[in-house]
Parts: sequence; structure tokens; C-alpha cells
Amino acid sequence: MAIRVYLLFLLFLSSAIVTYSLYEDQAGLMDWHQRYIGKVKHAVFHTQKTGRKRVIVSTEENVVASLDLRLGEIFWRHVLGTKDAIDGVDIALGKYVITLSSEGSTLRAWNLPDGQMVWETSLHSAQQSKSLLSVPVNLKVDKDYPILVFGGGYLHAVSAIDGEVLWKKDFTAEGFEVQRVLQPPGSRIIYVLGFVNSAEAVVYQIDSKTGEVVSQKSMEFPGGFSGGISSVSSDKVVVLDSTRSILVTIIFLDGGISFQKTRISDLVEDSGNAEILSPLLTNMLAVKVNKRTIFVRVDGEGKLEVVDSLSDETAMSDSLPVADDQEAFASIHHEGSKIHLMVKLVNDLDTVLLKESIQMDQHRGRVHKVFVNNYIRTDRSNGFRALIVMEDHSLLLLQQGAIVWSREEGLASVTDVTTAELPVEKDGVSVSKVEHTLVDWLKGHVLKLKGSLLLASPEDVAAIQEMRLKSSGRSKLTRDHNGFRKLIIALTRAGKLFALHTGDGRIVWSMLLNSPSKSEACERPSGISLYQWQVPHHHAMDENPSVLVVGRCGSDSSAPGVLSFVDVYTGKEISSSDIGHSVVQVLPLPFTDETEQRLHLIADTNGHVHLYPKTSEALSIFEREFQNVYWYTVEADDGIIRGHAMKSSCSGETADKYCFTTRELWTVVFPSESEKIISTLTRKPNEVVHTQAKVNTDQDLLYKYVSKNLLFVATVSPKGAGEISSVTPEESALVVYLIDTITGRILHRLSHQGCQGPVHAVFSENWVVYHYFNLRAHKYEVTVVEIYDQSRAENKNVWKLILGKHNLTAPISSYSRPEVFTKSQSYFFAQSVKTIAVTSTAKGITSKQLLIGTIGDQILALDKRFVDPRRTLNPSQAEKEEGIIPLTDSLPIIPQSYITHSLKVEGLRGIITAPAKLESTTHVFAYGVDLFYTRLAPSKTYDSLTDDFSYALLLITIVALVAAIYITWVLSEKKELSEKWR
Amino acid sequence: MDKGKAVMGTGRRWAVEFSDQSTVPSSRDILDPPGFSRASPEQDDSATSRQKKDAEANWKLQKAWEVAQSPFKNLMMMGFMMWMAGNTVHLFSIGITFSALWQPISALQSVGKIFEPFKDNKVELLMPKLVFLALNLGGLALGIWKLNTLGLLPTHASDWVSSLAPPQEVEHSGGGFVFH
Repeated sequence: MAIRVYLLFLLFLSSAIVTYSLYEDQAGLMDWHQRYIGKVKHAVFHTQKTGRKRVIVSTEENVVASLDLRLGEIFWRHVLGTKDAIDGVDIALGKYVITLSSEGSTLRAWNLPDGQMVWETSLHSAQQSKSLLSVPVNLKVDKDYPILVFGGGYLHAVSAIDGEVLWKKDFTAEGFEVQRVLQPPGSRIIYVLGFVNSAEAVVYQIDSKTGEVVSQKSMEFPGGFSGGISSVSSDKVVVLDSTRSILVTIIFLDGGISFQKTRISDLVEDSGNAEILSPLLTNMLAVKVNKRTIFVRVDGEGKLEVVDSLSDETAMSDSLPVADDQEAFASIHHEGSKIHLMVKLVNDLDTVLLKESIQMDQHRGRVHKVFVNNYIRTDRSNGFRALIVMEDHSLLLLQQGAIVWSREEGLASVTDVTTAELPVEKDGVSVSKVEHTLVDWLKGHVLKLKGSLLLASPEDVAAIQEMRLKSSGRSKLTRDHNGFRKLIIALTRAGKLFALHTGDGRIVWSMLLNSPSKSEACERPSGISLYQWQVPHHHAMDENPSVLVVGRCGSDSSAPGVLSFVDVYTGKEISSSDIGHSVVQVLPLPFTDETEQRLHLIADTNGHVHLYPKTSEALSIFEREFQNVYWYTVEADDGIIRGHAMKSSCSGETADKYCFTTRELWTVVFPSESEKIISTLTRKPNEVVHTQAKVNTDQDLLYKYVSKNLLFVATVSPKGAGEISSVTPEESALVVYLIDTITGRILHRLSHQGCQGPVHAVFSENWVVYHYFNLRAHKYEVTVVEIYDQSRAENKNVWKLILGKHNLTAPISSYSRPEVFTKSQSYFFAQSVKTIAVTSTAKGITSKQLLIGTIGDQILALDKRFVDPRRTLNPSQAEKEEGIIPLTDSLPIIPQSYITHSLKVEGLRGIITAPAKLESTTHVFAYGVDLFYTRLAPSKTYDSLTDDFSYALLLITIVALVAAIYITWVLSEKKELSEKWR
Repeated sequence: MDKGKAVMGTGRRWAVEFSDQSTVPSSRDILDPPGFSRASPEQDDSATSRQKKDAEANWKLQKAWEVAQSPFKNLMMMGFMMWMAGNTVHLFSIGITFSALWQPISALQSVGKIFEPFKDNKVELLMPKLVFLALNLGGLALGIWKLNTLGLLPTHASDWVSSLAPPQEVEHSGGGFVFH
């Protein structure tokens, strides 16, 4: 009965509050938002003018941004689409930022000060090819400044002023690939050098005004070229031949072409495969041979000569002009925990203009890129500032021997996220003083009271806001009673692990998995995924929690794996091991050992599974459950899902007792001509479900089919696998399946004719909600499928239930063939979706909200009540009271229910939810290029007072009441006395 | 109040004996006046006093029956109120239902007290008491029925199942797409 009252109470609350929303002054109290740009690919400095010094960068996350050189803040930023990779960035006319993207087919100009788009030109593109952006510095044609762009087989000259195409030259027929566009100063003829089929060097001389070919010279090179090219001067380039052992200098002076071959073995003794490095240096090129970087000078006749050689781990910048027709370049190399920045003259490598040593955090790894910029010091000498990109993708500005600012750009490419608890507050440790004295406390509350009574002045409002932000110790590094303070552990593409505090989003610790001090066996491990390894509670309270990072030593799927165990409290690696077998899948098992370490199975390419941790205790636990552990694989390319069971211990000489073989139990084969797997999904393994029963209005009972061994699979016709609306409705069909992963039984199949992917789905408790495109209606649709267990439906006798004579809590097996039935309903949804998640709470009692990451990079919270198959057009009174919403054809998008309010999580890729200790509340963390965190209470905080609850008002009321009681008592005493005397 | 009592407790006491001691002639020094018969009036009054007592007993019984039947009116009114309140859970219907439950219970607790004034050797109070009890029990039943229609009694299977956690699964499986 208590539960019923509780549920009714909940229901009341949830029906009373339709949307989650907050007031303007509540923004930023529980949520935080961090803006990033990603790993920088190109950087162009803009420091000439006396205004704000800035650097324009383009990144691997397809962001073009303008950063403040003094503070590293973002002036402006544009996130281009995921398919709109930036190929080149430059500044034209001193006021426009030019970006070339989408493989050379889109050229845009952005206004330098404020980042507004000035013009955009789509360039004709016929075939896939390398793209090239060239902004000639002093080429002027009839008051116009052409920008030369090669991409898709065409060379375009585009006006820098308005983006109009001045002329274009079609090279598709010849298969000509432009490598360099060179422009001798003072001439209107441009040289276009390229290769045909990587074996013939062709030089076109093109009139920059009309685009006419003045002359064309070509020369075959037997053996062919490989990709690397370095242009050393306006009439010479150096390329590598296809064997990577000969450097070829191509001289195309005065319309003629000549080759000059130099064997690398003639330059250095022990030569291997060479690689031309990207820095553009005048009359010089950098070649990487045998883990050394050699500098090769090219003289006037094209002769090559080695002038210097450096260790492999040296990063170099392009050369830049300094005073007196000299050019300089920067190089950075590591030495211990320090990095050494050197700026040298290109012509004279012995002249070191600048030499600085800077202490560098080990966990930033190696320097990947250097961009250097000079400025004139007050004493007329050259000063240099260097922008460096580190291995962990972070961006730092070095100037005068110090790190001026740094940006943790690794967080723009988060690949996996988990959460962890903070340490418990120790008895001895005193709580940091939040409210100092009673007077301060009262003052604060009086201010709050003023605010709530609308009496506060603007200064007071500001003070209140500031107080709220600082209040309640939300950024303390200890666990709190409500579980609001947690750590978000994020693994980035660079292989760095970050721990972010939920209170204010600061980085508590960070750790590069492949820090240089590690062993040589695995040179560049890449992190794949992140698991909670040890979550201590109950008896293992003294242990620190830890996470498991599974990595791989190469990009190949058969490359050996690496396991790394990281202590969550300290951010230190406890241990790491090269496991000696490949990793294709990691299966966390629902068992833990004495110290709360979770058992994991790691499957390799041979179909064997390996048990971790490798302890005898884990082995005995696993052997107990040996028969009940299954494993399935989804082979999307072949359209096959396979189920495996454990068979026996591995045999063979390399086998240990923690290795087990598997046998195939079942396969589900989708016909390849009609169905292609595009999406699969299971429930989150740690989701908590409060009850197995679903109660209808008329007290009717439905038993949810709550199983963790259910796989949702969506397939489309192969024709419909492409872009939306690329097929007719007749040609495309979407089919969804619910498959039991133990037996391979298909529990449910639902086909949507005339529909198409991409499918975004969320699976929780006994329901799946998925989003797809309906080609007939030309709209997006959302369908909900709820699964119920028919075989338990007989358990309806009250007396049996009261006396406990039922089998509802008995363990169930998939082999008992549960009969299920489903209910489903579809709705239109007005928005395209990037990802869907669902809130999760500690006990699973609170109603759920779908968190929909929309195409506009915002997150919409939609009550699960809107996607309820029980919705009807005219719900009865009782149904209305239960909170069933009348059926509408489309799902409402209520602007107030955007949990990101006015912010955008640019490049949104995923949403993670984690329960707080307080049942009503859930943590939401969204990641993309930006990061966003907030706390949600889908049914409002029914189990706690809100933050803005006025304790002062309560206190004042109590004091006033006590005073009133005392006064009236005194008065009544007096009156009584006078009555007596009368 | 205490002060008043204190004064009474410690104060001087005096008493006037109003009881008639005339029935005990030996204790008296003074003889009865001539022509006064001590016994005669009592014999005379006996008939009228019995009549009076009968009437009182009848009256008491009548009153007792009235009291016994009084919950019926209450019952009717409660029924009407409940019908008005409807079957949804809100403040009004909850209030009505709980008062409908409380009234019979409090009445049942104080059955003895209610029938106290009508206590008499000659009055048979059992039947009125039983009727009173029955009617109040009826009221109680009505309240409980109302409670049930409001859905606040665990009489449905759903009330017993909704707190049951989902059953454990015997088998465990994991997997998915192969890591690329």
C-alpha cells in the first residue's frame, strides 16, 4: 500500500509537471559547458596589425576557429559537418579566412574579426582526388585577387573578394593531379606541377588572368613517384620515387623539365625507407630515414647535400621569413621531462636565433606539430612564439621560455565515458568552510529571501548568483550524501584518460596511456574502450576504485592488446600488461571477486576468450558459471549474428588456464539481397529495474519481459543504406528484430515498409524506442516497442501472491521459452537525431526521460509518457488520471525541455547518464567537440528540498511563532492575575 | 485551578448533615408529635414511585433505541458524501473516507459511555447496543469499501507484485560488433 501511495504521489508530481525547465538565473548552477576545437591541423597567425593578436586554426574535428594569442580563448569558432573535412586554411586580403573543405569542393571565406561567413562557393568536382588550396600573396589580376584551388580533377581560380569562379581548368581527362602551384614573383604566369598516374611529371604554365595554358611540358619517370613532395624553391621540387629509396629533384626552369636522381644511400649510410616530411623550408627539405630526420640542402643545380641530422622525435615548423631575406624555422625535441625549442636560420643551421627549454608534463606525450610566428621585440630583434600540438592533442603556446596558455583539446574527441565515485570524506579531514559564520550564513539567506520576494537590487542579484555558484561545496573532492559529486572518466582518441569533476567540470587528473616512459614493446597503443574494473562497496571499502582501459598496439584488429588499470582516485596507472593476444570484444561479466574486481572476458580473433583478472579466485567463480556464459558477435558486413557458448580450456603450448575455447551455438543470417544490419543495441548492463510488473488503469497486470540478453537489431534494404531519400519508398524497407542472445530465438520482428535509416535507438527496461526516416511521409518517425511476458501473466491470484506462492522471483532461463507479446506505436518526430539516451536512476523508480541529441546539437528531454503504446485518441477519465496523454500524430518539441537551454554541444556524438545516490536525480554528460554536463530530475526532486529553498524564511517563521507563543502566554498570565484580584 | 484546590484543601471545614435520621427512633430524644405515623407515607408512595420508575425505564429504553439508530442517519449522509466525492484520490475524497472510517471506530470505542446514561436494572440495553454496533460496523465497512474503490487497499495482484524485483537470469551473454 505504501508503494501504491508512493507511486500515486509520483504520478501526481509527474502529471503536474509536464516539462523540465529552469529559470534564467538557474542556468549554470548545476550544469557546465566546455568549448573545444580538436587537434589542430593547420594554423595561420595573424599578428601584423596592432589589434588583437590571433591565430586561425583548422582541426581534425572539422573546426575552423580564431584563438586569442594572449589567452588562448576562442574568439569565434565554426564546426563544419562531419563530412566536411577541412583541407586547407589561409588568410586572404588580410581580412578573410579562406577554408577549403569537402575534398576541395567547398570554398568559404570568413570575416577575420568576427567569423561571419562572407561568401561560399561550391566548386565543381568530378572525381576523388587530393585537394590543394593556394592563396598567392601578391598575385593581382584586374583588381582581383585570385585564389587557386585544385580538387576533384579541376583547377579553379576563385576571386577572393566575392568568391566568384574566375576560370576553371578541367584536368579530369588526363588524370592529372596537381601537387604544387607555384608563382614566380612579378609574373602573371603560374606554374602548376602535378603527376599523371604517379609516373609522369607535368608542368603547366597557366595565364593567371584567363586560365589558358601557355605551355605544357611533361616527362615520364620510369618507376613512378610516391606521395611525398617538397617544394624547395620556385622552380624546384623534390619527390620520392616509388621504392622510397631515391630522391628525385624536378627542375622545371623556363618551361623545361629535368630530373636529377640522388640515392638516399649516398646521403646517409644505413638507409631504409625514406619519407619526406611536410615542413616547407626554402632550398632545403627534411627527410625521415631510419628513425632520423636529415636536412638536405638543394643547391641551384639540384644537387643534394646533407647538412644536419636530428633524432626522430623532432617536430619542425615551416620556415618563415625573418629580417634581411632570411628564413627561419623552429624545431622541438624532447630530453627527459623537458622540451627544447630551437629556432634556426634555414640558410645557416649553425645560427640559433632562439633556444629555450621548457618543463613539460609527461602526460602530454610528444610534440606532434609546431607552428612558429615571429614578432619584433622592443630592441628590434626577433622574438618567436611557438604554437605546439602535443600527442594528447593539447594545444600550447610557448613564448619566452614559458607556457603562456594551454588548451586540453583531447577532450574534443572523447570516445568512451564512464563514471566513478569520489573518495569518502575522512573523519579527521575537516570540511572546507563553505559558510564561515552564522552572520554570513544569515546574510546569505536574507539575500536569497530578498531575491525570492523580488526585492533584490541588481547588485544583490549578482551577489546571489555568485553565492549560488560557490555554494554547497559543489567542487569538493569528496563524496557527498546525495551522490551529486562524481568523477567522469573520459577516454579520448589520443589515448588519454581524463577525470572531470561533475561539480565544475575541471580536470582532476589526466593520464596519457602511452606515456614515453612505457616499454618499447608496444609503441603506439590506441585506447579502444573503458570499463569499470573495481567499484568497491560493502566489504572492500578500503580499495580504491579503478577502471580498465583496453587498448591495442596497432590499428589492425589482430594486433595484440594492452590492458591498463588506472586508479580512479589518484589517476595513476596501477599496472598495465601486454596481453599477448588480440582483442575483438570485451565482455564484462556480472560477477565480482573478493576485492570487488569485476570479471571480464576478452575475446580474440581465434574465437578464444581469456578471463581477467588472472587469479584462481576469479577462475573458480567463472568455472561455477561456466555453462551459463555466452557470447555473440555481429558481423555487419556479412549480415550474420553468431552465438557462442564456452566449450573447454584452451589446448596447445601457449595456452594458460585462463583461456577458453568456444563453440558456435546458433547463427541468424539475414538475406544479403534484402537486409543489411545497420544498428544493434542491448540494454545497459548496469541498469536497475525497480519492478517487473506494469499496472494498467483497471488494476490489470502486465509482466514486463526484462532481460539483459535481448539484442535489438535494425536492418534496411541494401539500396536504402545510403543517404536519406536516395531511394523510392517501394525499394526500401526497415526491419527491426528482438533477438535472444542465448538461444538465438527471434522474439519479435517488425517491418516498416518504405522506411530508411539511419536508426538511432535506445533500449531500457522492457522497451525500445527507435528513430528512422519514413520515405512515404517524408518525415522522421519514432516507434516504441514494449515487450511483455505472456507466460507469467497467469500470476494474478491475490491470495497466492500474499502468501508468496508464486514463481515470480525465481531465476529464469532463456531456454524455458518465454512467450512474449509486444505493444508498439509510432509517431512523427520533427527533428533529425544524432543520438538518443535515457535517464537512469539509482533504484529505477523515477519515471524516465528520453534524451534526444538533435541535429542542432542540443539535447531534448522527452518524457517516456509521450512514447507509450497505451496512448489512445480519447483516453478515459481513469487513464487521464494515470497520466496517459491523448494520442497525437507527432511528438511535441517543447522549447523549455531542451536541457542544454541556450547552449550547443557542437558536434554532439554521445550522451551518457549515470544515477546519483538520490533516487530522483540523474547525471547527464554529453560529449562531442564540446562537453556538457547537467543533473536532471525527470520527476522533479521529490525526495529533497530544492537548492533555492528559503531556510531563512522557515527560520524566521519559526522564530516568529515561538515569540508569539511566548508573548501570548505572558499576556494571558497577566490577564488571569488581574481577573483573580478583581 | 490548582490554587483554588489548594485553598479548599487547607481551609477550615464544616459540614451540615442533611440526611434524615428520623427512621431510627431510638436515636432521637424527642418523640414524634401526636398523630404522626412514621410508616404510613412510604406505603402510600410506593405505587406512584413504581409508576414513575417504569416510565423512566421506558423513556430510557426509547432513548437508547434512538441512540442506537442514530448511526443510520450518519451512514446515509456518509454514503451521499462518498458518492459526491467520486472515485479519484484527492484531498476531499481522502478526507471523507477517513472521517467515514474514524467515526465508526470512535463510536465503537465508546459504546459503553454512550449507553451509560441509560443504564438501568430494568432496561434491557443489549439489543440497542447490538444494533448500534451493527450500524457502526456497517459504516466502517462502507468506509473500507470506499477506501478500496479509491485503490488504497492492497486487494489487487498489482499491489503485491509491484514491489517484486525482476527475477535473476540464469544465463549471461555479451558481445556485439567486433572492435575495428
